[in-house]
Amino acid sequence: MAKKETVWRGLIAACGLFLILLTVSIGVFLCYKGLGTFTLYKHSVWEFLFSSNWNPADDFQGGGQVGAAIFIVGSVSICLLALLIATPFSLAAAIFMAVISPRVSNRLLQPAVEIFVGIPSVVYGWVGLTVLVPLIQKIFNLQYGYSVLAGGIVLAVMIFPTITSVSADSIRNIPLQYQEAAYGLGSTRWQVIRRVLVPAARPGILTGVILGLARAFGEALAVAMVIGKMKAFPTGILSPTNNLTAAIASDMGGAADGGEYNIALWTMALLLLVISFAFILIVRKISSKGVRER
Amino acid sequence: MNQRHRNAILTDRVMTVVLYGVAGFFLLLLAAFTVYILGKGVMEFDGSLLAFNAEGIGNQFFNTVYLVFLALLISVPIGVAAGIYMAEYAKNGRLTGFIRTCIETLSSLPSIVVGLFGYLVFVVMVHGKWSLMAGALSVSILSLPLITTTTEDALRAIPKSWKEGSFGLGATHRQTILRVMLPGCVPRIITGVILAAGRGFGEAAALLYTAGMSTDINWSRWWKLSSPVCPFNPFRPGETLALQIWASRTEAVAPNAAQVADMSAAVLIIMVFVFSIGARAIGNRLDRKMTGGKD
Amino acid sequence: MKKYLSILMVAAMLIGTTACSSGTNASSQTPSSQAGSSEAASSAASSSEAGVTGSCTISGSSALYPLVKNALDAFKQTNPDASVTLNAGGSGTGLKQSADGTVDIGMSDVFADEKLTEDQAKTLVDHKVCVITMAPIVNADVAEKVTSLTTQQLIDIFTAKTKNWKEVGGPDEPITLVTRPSTSGTRSLFKSYALNGAEEASNKSLETDDSGTLLQTVSQHKGAIGYVALSYLIQPNENIKTMAIDGVEPTLENTYAGKYKVWGYEHMYTKGDAAGVAKALIDYMQSDEYGKIMEGLGYNVASKMTVERQDPGPKK
Repeated sequence: MAKKETVWRGLIAACGLFLILLTVSIGVFLCYKGLGTFTLYKHSVWEFLFSSNWNPADDFQGGGQVGAAIFIVGSVSICLLALLIATPFSLAAAIFMAVISPRVSNRLLQPAVEIFVGIPSVVYGWVGLTVLVPLIQKIFNLQYGYSVLAGGIVLAVMIFPTITSVSADSIRNIPLQYQEAAYGLGSTRWQVIRRVLVPAARPGILTGVILGLARAFGEALAVAMVIGKMKAFPTGILSPTNNLTAAIASDMGGAADGGEYNIALWTMALLLLVISFAFILIVRKISSKGVRER
Repeated sequence: MNQRHRNAILTDRVMTVVLYGVAGFFLLLLAAFTVYILGKGVMEFDGSLLAFNAEGIGNQFFNTVYLVFLALLISVPIGVAAGIYMAEYAKNGRLTGFIRTCIETLSSLPSIVVGLFGYLVFVVMVHGKWSLMAGALSVSILSLPLITTTTEDALRAIPKSWKEGSFGLGATHRQTILRVMLPGCVPRIITGVILAAGRGFGEAAALLYTAGMSTDINWSRWWKLSSPVCPFNPFRPGETLALQIWASRTEAVAPNAAQVADMSAAVLIIMVFVFSIGARAIGNRLDRKMTGGKD
Repeated sequence: MKKYLSILMVAAMLIGTTACSSGTNASSQTPSSQAGSSEAASSAASSSEAGVTGSCTISGSSALYPLVKNALDAFKQTNPDASVTLNAGGSGTGLKQSADGTVDIGMSDVFADEKLTEDQAKTLVDHKVCVITMAPIVNADVAEKVTSLTTQQLIDIFTAKTKNWKEVGGPDEPITLVTRPSTSGTRSLFKSYALNGAEEASNKSLETDDSGTLLQTVSQHKGAIGYVALSYLIQPNENIKTMAIDGVEPTLENTYAGKYKVWGYEHMYTKGDAAGVAKALIDYMQSDEYGKIMEGLGYNVASKMTVERQDPGPKK
């Protein structure tokens, strides 16, 4: 019996540790491939992050330029726009769900949010391409509708459920006394929401926003379909640009394996991993701070 | 003061209307989205497109389901075990904190990064080919953190008294977990698994370089598992519905590529609906059963 | 019953943890079993007319993909027991995988030594299955006024020196450049032979992952210009017109005669000499019988070319 217990415990612990192994090996493999830009082809990290000259050689001699600044700026600007669009809406929806009408939201909004999460990103991209892009072209009378705006809207729709559900959870978790005390002082519902609930739930809301940002950053195909993929800095929200994930998706298959171009794309993937890891660290910091304040 | 009070009430009214508006807007957006996709799928409905052959998307449909099934076969046992570890065995230390960071990192990994990792490890390093298995392994990396956290949360939500009662009867920790706690978690775990499956159905970026973009299966060879045209052979390449939508942009030589993509999108949306509604229904029903009819 | 749950879980976990290693076994067995079956296949093929048996995997160039897909339909009718899996994925992938031996045929738009190391390229045998002709295409509204461009005009347009169609005699519309990723074989071909090696202005153009998307993008946008292989133009599309270069129309005949310059070989690479299903398929694609079908699909038959090009060697 005791032996059985040990074996069982070992197995369970092994599965827990497996998660570490998996995460670390993903990191190690990406480093192994991605650091080649700096070690094998002798580019500086500075060049990769801040230069806009992207012209890696598709061979094994190297000697091209690997400045990925355009893709990085593209990713950042699309994500920020998506956040700008999604956050107010998500926050409002979260407040509605948690405070105004929990019953309606349990029956309708909660399932709706879950379905939104489940809709595959390629479907968002497909609709963005067939509906949104022509629409933007028509409304703004442009040469073409591929733009930061199109990417931002598609991403905003994609990340809104994440922000909404995390924010709603954190508002629901605020102790009831907070509300009761505020109402007792004669506040209106909006005053309670604005002055008490939202500030108290701020860490949770921030966590939701950052998780949404992480999802937006990593999204590849939906954005690739509507962004236009022009290798230039965006000059406004109506201009096309390119981003990290779209560049990886489109060039990985064609580039010579192990060549400078291919390795530079791996470096981009490594950068994505680093960014998502950074987001997680920020979230952990915020939530531990939130717990301490409470 | 009176004026301020009136203003406050006015703002309250206005904001309530705004909040209702936003909530309504979302339901409307989802409805419009669904109606648009389904409508397009229905308008262009063509029975032959659903067929299980090279022209239809039936094979892609099968691939999608089979791939997700394989992925769950891998990720559910590991995920549930890891969840048990996190809830029951892990001590509050650095190691546990690190595992938690790992889980969170895994869950927020860009799927294209997972796809590239899968390509490197499950395809290039094993000198294999694009295959359903490589795709399933990549998808299982994506669903693992979800299943782990669901299991952990579910175990933590079990009342302490259950555990104490079981210990009091002389059960070991393992027996307590397997016979008392885990059965109580089944509804929530199932919900988590179904959500993970839903995510797997729509996954495309992780499969771009792992599952391959073609399907050559021969249903009359279903019994011959080693044959590369056997539908159940996990080591054959297989295109899923989501990849099909992406590929209809890449191989747009076929005149009806857009139509096929519309159909695939409609089928995917239906699957998502069935799954998320199913997850809720099963969750509610099992919940009621477990808690003895009280809701 | 609960007892079995633990057993089941352990078993499932074992499957999970050994999945990687079993993947290794299965795939490492495949080449040998394939070698065996293809030997059997070739002997079977020589003894009877019933066709070859065995399997063959192909990956690579998306430009060649549609042709092979088409050839397979007929091929599988005469060889019902041959299994062929065909994947696109890009020339780089095709070459890499055929050099690794993970696919039997690697499709490529370029010569192997352009995307592989010299040692890797040496192991591959080149089969030129067809020649592909690239045509500049424009949105139909431009073609009402301009139907031919000189090479210099084309270079100026694609390097974004010329920004409006009226500068080359067209309508007063801004030019929208639509291109392919810089790793694409189509793009490198167009760059070498239509633009005399001039680099396209990537920072002024919409990039599309593939020729299908490019075609749609050009057809939907006024003033758009791009380039695709003739094979993409066999479906009639009234929104798209081809553009002659220096007065020479991009047609199969002009390419055969050596008059039209933007063309390239499509390669199928095998590791060592082709055998079994792979050989049968390549032979079929190079046959006169299939040549006629091929031309109908917009590809040139390699053996009918009156001009020839040599391997330019690794890129310097």
